[in-house]
Amino acid sequence: MKELTRLSKMFAEQLHWGALAKATIATALLGVTIILGSRNLANFDAALIGYTFASLFAAFGIVYRYSVWLTKPPTRMYWRRGWQLFLSPRLWKNLRSPRILAEAVVRKIVVQDFVWHRSPERWAGHMLIAAGCVLAALVTFPLVFGWVHFTQGAITPEPTYIIQVFGFGVREIALHGLESWFTFHALIVASVLVIPGVMIVMYRRMLDTGAVAVQRFSRDFLPLILLFAVAFTGLLLWVSYEFLEGYFYTALAQLHAWTVIGTLIYLPFGKLFHIFQRPATLGIAYYKSHLSELEPACCPLTGEEYAPAVQTKDLTEVLHELDFDYSAVGGPPETPPWNEISPAGKRMLIGRAHSKIRNDRFD
Amino acid sequence: MTVVFKEFFIDFQRCIGCEACAAGCAECHTHRGYPMVQVDKVDPAMSPQTSPMVCMHCKVPTCALSCPADAIKVDENGIVHSSLKPRCIACRNCELACPFGVPMIREDIQQMQKCDMCFDRTAAGKKPMCCTVCPTGALHYNTMENMLAARPHSKPINKWQFGNQIVETRLWVMVPHDVDIMVVDWPELLAGAAGPIELAVKLKERFPLQGFPGPQPTRDEPVPVGAGVGSFSDTEAEYL
Repeated sequence: MKELTRLSKMFAEQLHWGALAKATIATALLGVTIILGSRNLANFDAALIGYTFASLFAAFGIVYRYSVWLTKPPTRMYWRRGWQLFLSPRLWKNLRSPRILAEAVVRKIVVQDFVWHRSPERWAGHMLIAAGCVLAALVTFPLVFGWVHFTQGAITPEPTYIIQVFGFGVREIALHGLESWFTFHALIVASVLVIPGVMIVMYRRMLDTGAVAVQRFSRDFLPLILLFAVAFTGLLLWVSYEFLEGYFYTALAQLHAWTVIGTLIYLPFGKLFHIFQRPATLGIAYYKSHLSELEPACCPLTGEEYAPAVQTKDLTEVLHELDFDYSAVGGPPETPPWNEISPAGKRMLIGRAHSKIRNDRFD
Repeated sequence: MTVVFKEFFIDFQRCIGCEACAAGCAECHTHRGYPMVQVDKVDPAMSPQTSPMVCMHCKVPTCALSCPADAIKVDENGIVHSSLKPRCIACRNCELACPFGVPMIREDIQQMQKCDMCFDRTAAGKKPMCCTVCPTGALHYNTMENMLAARPHSKPINKWQFGNQIVETRLWVMVPHDVDIMVVDWPELLAGAAGPIELAVKLKERFPLQGFPGPQPTRDEPVPVGAGVGSFSDTEAEYL
């Protein structure tokens, strides 16, 4: 009992109440949109209830982790600066703001040129996985939440289906056509993208000596195994109903459901969280494009312009919040803190500091 | 198999600026051709003295705490790793915050790379690459007992003072016996700085591995046989 009290006390101390509130609100909002979007659960597919609860859990976890992350002093600084610059009227002149945003979205999120520079095969694998996952998410979540469902349209002369979004018929599609084939097989397409992607990445992880040196099972292999399991069991479902007259379908459906639920629950904890974290690069794009126009910081030793002055000042503030105090002892009042000396300057000064303490006493 | 990680020692006084450490480091596949060791001229306008800098693996790493993306992690052996690729946004906070000027930002691949004490080698019981190739033992990987016995005239310390900040590191630096903490007193050092440093830095960029250009033999002046090859005295040989 005493142990239990100690543990619950520790848990309460570790808990981030602000993030807890935000995560609870976000989960509740998602719950409300599920109820409203599925017209009071009328269009909700009860067979998918496991997916729904796993998604609600994932939403809670993701918002909780994201909120805690944003309270870190350096993250908060960039978050604040990113929004400040995005909303800055100066950057909206000549539509610079949307152009910076568009360029960052295309380069960092759509094309992911930096992954290409890491290695083309890595890029190929990552793009396939990313494209497959995005496609699968676009199909799965609206279906699971009951936001999208299909009703029968005309029977003759050409049978049609009506796509219902939030209970409103938005589009009628021919039952036998390319559009309907793609609509009903989008998840198959997604798995055909994800599986080769996972294979490329796995292959690289097994043979690339650089990757082998630092990778870990839980961090680097587990998410790949989960994605493969989801895609492969999903593909088996299709094989079962398309070619084997539904042979073993119920068991396969159960297996697939558990792999998806497992992956959804894993989302807030592991590597896949980067999907939500990565868009922070957009804020950095603003920061950098803005800073490049501003006054640079000059190293007091080497004289080089090593960074934008705003960034070095922001960093001094962040370090102070983190309880680091790199301010000088003695010296004139304008002496910069240690962190406002360029990296090259710091290294040179460290060498000189060593010479000073050696004081000709070499051994 | 449990591998015992040994201690890493830097003995600045032994650095001869050969940059073998940087060349050896660049061989590693985790950073593919880019050296993570930096060898700097300490006062290039005034002296040929050099000092090697690898990651000191701080016990409370400023780089990791100042990272907005939570991308820099310390492992159970106290090694601070390069940023995690899926998270790093190349914002440069770590590069600017590190008290030792160690992290390097690769803008093209959006990642911070730094010395990870050759994790692939040390985790397999081998020495880091720089320590393997350093001809003078300025960078040295060994047990504490062996080091104390081998270099009795110096002592290893792992505490640094940068103004009001004390930094404790996993790596050790060799200092005289009466020194307990490496104090970097930059107001005084800056006041004493002299010489055209900017020019020196530019020259360093221009000649990254070869050092500064000295008198070079031309085609008309063949290098005499045996020039530059000396013999070590007994003391020097022992020193090496």
